[in-house]
Amino acid sequence: MSFQSSLFDAETTAGDQAVARFAPDFASWQVEARRLLAEDIAPARVWWQPEPAREHKTVSQPSAKPAQRPVARVPKAFVDQARAVSCHCNEDRWALLYRVLWRLARGERHLLQLGGDPDVVTFTRYAKAVRRDMHKMKAFVRFREVAESGAADHEPRYVAWFEPEHFIVEYVSGFFKRRFANMRWSILTPVGCAHWEGQGEVWFSPATDKSAAPEGDRLEAAWQTYYRSIFNPARVKIRAMQSEMPQKYWKNMPEAHLIPLMLRDADRRVQAMEANRKDNDLLRCGPRPASPDDDNAAAVEASAPASLERLALQATTCRNCPLWQPATQTVFGEGPANARVMIVGEQPGDREDLAGRPFVGPAGQLLDRALAAAGLVRERLYLTNTVKHFKFSPRGKTRLHATPSETEVMACRPWLDAEIGLVAPELVICLGATAGRALLGADVRVTRDRGRLIDHNDRRYLLTAHPAYLLRRGSAAANAGEYERFVEDLARAADWV
Amino acid sequence: MELLKKLEILADAAKYDASCASSGTRSRNSLGGKGIGSSEGSGICHAYAPDGRCISLLKILLTNFCVYECSYCINRNSSNVARARFTVDEVVRLTLDFYKRNYIEGLFLSSGVIQSPDYTMGQLVEVARRLRLDHDFRGYIHLKTIPDADGQLLADAGTYADRLSINVELPTRIALADLAPEKDHRTIKLSMARIRARQDEYADDRRAARRVTNQSPRRITPQRFAPAGQSTQMIVGAEPSTDAQILSTTANLYSAYKLKRVYFSAFSPIADASAKLPARRTPLMREHRLYQSDWLIRFYGYGHDEITAGADDSAAAGMLDLDVDPKLAWALRNRGYFPVDLNRDGRERLLRVPGLGVKSVQKLLKIRRWQKIRLEDLVALKAGVKKAMPFIICANHAPALAEVPSATLRTRFAPARAAQQAFDF
Repeated sequence: MSFQSSLFDAETTAGDQAVARFAPDFASWQVEARRLLAEDIAPARVWWQPEPAREHKTVSQPSAKPAQRPVARVPKAFVDQARAVSCHCNEDRWALLYRVLWRLARGERHLLQLGGDPDVVTFTRYAKAVRRDMHKMKAFVRFREVAESGAADHEPRYVAWFEPEHFIVEYVSGFFKRRFANMRWSILTPVGCAHWEGQGEVWFSPATDKSAAPEGDRLEAAWQTYYRSIFNPARVKIRAMQSEMPQKYWKNMPEAHLIPLMLRDADRRVQAMEANRKDNDLLRCGPRPASPDDDNAAAVEASAPASLERLALQATTCRNCPLWQPATQTVFGEGPANARVMIVGEQPGDREDLAGRPFVGPAGQLLDRALAAAGLVRERLYLTNTVKHFKFSPRGKTRLHATPSETEVMACRPWLDAEIGLVAPELVICLGATAGRALLGADVRVTRDRGRLIDHNDRRYLLTAHPAYLLRRGSAAANAGEYERFVEDLARAADWV
Repeated sequence: MELLKKLEILADAAKYDASCASSGTRSRNSLGGKGIGSSEGSGICHAYAPDGRCISLLKILLTNFCVYECSYCINRNSSNVARARFTVDEVVRLTLDFYKRNYIEGLFLSSGVIQSPDYTMGQLVEVARRLRLDHDFRGYIHLKTIPDADGQLLADAGTYADRLSINVELPTRIALADLAPEKDHRTIKLSMARIRARQDEYADDRRAARRVTNQSPRRITPQRFAPAGQSTQMIVGAEPSTDAQILSTTANLYSAYKLKRVYFSAFSPIADASAKLPARRTPLMREHRLYQSDWLIRFYGYGHDEITAGADDSAAAGMLDLDVDPKLAWALRNRGYFPVDLNRDGRERLLRVPGLGVKSVQKLLKIRRWQKIRLEDLVALKAGVKKAMPFIICANHAPALAEVPSATLRTRFAPARAAQQAFDF
């Protein structure tokens, strides 16, 4: 299914050329294209003839869309792209548009997806060129303030001179209207001018030349100062600048004439900086604040000896294992120092790491629910974790939980022991295997030993599942039995509270 | 002091912040408002300086007086630079005046720490508050956050600003403690965590509001907190951290605080430098390779450890190859992964082919629904055909049976010395 688009197409003869006369704007082209398509005239037979008298439409009017039956269904992407292509400065754009339209309507509906097709290549190249020109216009228009004598509110008008490459003034004017809705402005260009009065609609006037534009603005000295000062002479990259800000735009940008001067001085400035090393550390902005480590040391000093508070402060700077490096903070245990029951989990998760408190994430919320169901009050319990830093592996914008290793558990062990020593709970509830193994030895099994009281080293323990295990198992319905069991296990601690 | 002189000092002091993004915030415009400003998705670079960096925002410090003593910073306490301080009103007026002339997309305001972190942060927030509430300014605002500042100030900052940022400055805590004794990775990360937590909270509220309003006729969707997200910056080459360490920190930051961007800034000499710093500037190519790796992690599905893993000299030292890009370097180290069949393999495999970008892959996937992919398609898409050829199979191409050794390919694509210098300039 391929349609010849060359001049030497077999069906082309001099006799049956069709001439399309139209105003060179998208709406008029649309009307013509619809007519030609309805009459089944192939692209190779059409001679696109923009009306010279009305070259480059200057007055905006609602497009004269005839209320007729659509002659073809084309992808929406085509209409969007075609509107941009119609602004291109190359005269062959109208024929190209019709050719692409023809192919889309005559069996190649997927044409635009064939990124390698010559027509599509040109079509996208044109659209891209226009979009780029529009983007550069949005970027490089420089308004100058002009006092407007007739204005009742004494507000000035902002006038700019710009030289676009394509016929984009009308297409891009909406952007300036939305951005500067409460200013009066005019953008003058050699292909037509756009004006906005702070209300109503943008209106257009014929092309003009640069002499109509104002010279200079009271802010330009400040802008040039800024442009000069924000430049880092140690990283000159001329090509990077030129590819984004081509030289053709420079003549209308008040800052651009500084560039040669800035480049000339760059090397000298860098050498001066490199030569200028420091000779003294005299403070010039007043006394320096204490370092965070000193602050923390002072806080530890000020806290009561052998208290949970001091322990927590000391743990903030713990470096016993490498887990502190990627984590946000140490998540220490919390709860009353005289709690009779202590709950020990595995390690803080994502939410706990951010908040700095244990059991506040999804697993913590599940635990809260289960505790309430088991008749326990969270505020009366001491909650902590076997490992005090969140161990994770990064996956894009989320962190995946990773199980702490034996060494990491051992490294964190002194903190847990100190907590148990200070709180001296009558019952310790171990949630999950990590906590169980750390406190009860390596041969403990959650599936086997859960739900019964275990006496170990003069202390009473209760082992059960970790709430995160329940969450991992999936939906609440499938989990109902497990959840009941979890609550049942916890309820065994009710006697102590 | 004259305003122009202040601007000169405080813009000069701000230029070491690489970020100039003005994209990705809430869509809005000034129609129906009292002020000026709009934001329509993509950012706009209003000018480029000869350092190749875009100028999108008015990037200034409120003041360059600073009680901190960070060795790498031009504004540190003991530095012998000229000092200045803008009033809140001066910044507001300058922003509006520049914006009205279409010089900028908005404001990027940072500051040295004076008096206390809270006081400094309060001043920054006041500028944003006046722009938004007094002048109905709808352009872009990026506020630098002072790590130790109060939570309420942070909350206010996020309601006025589009983006918040806190610089981690250096990839490791030890390096930071050494070069910036008043700063601390922990407090910096805590601030990032607070911002992320607030963003999550606002997002939850918005979801909840949407659920409720499905039944009620009026839709009240609460605002977003710092809608353009948060970003950070690391200085590269001021201390001996390796690229592997930098990328690992980067991946951790993205995953933990949902950062929009991590910027790298090659260390460049500053006037009146501390003796702790290297005398030479870091090659800009190192910064460039880090950005390429950052892209590979975020858009191509590479793990941060894959990029620097390998047996050759640079990888063994934890450094990226400066001569070839990290994607090609990975392909040369993992020849067993190739060839990739452009007509059969999945997206994630196509993304690993050197010379093919995300957009090219997207287009190839579309094309192959209709016809076999040929080399001509790659040419038309302006993909890196020569680079891709040893690694692909397509309708009219298969790599030579005798595999070209990686070392040969590497010399083929590594730039000649002269070209490299032209890049660094």
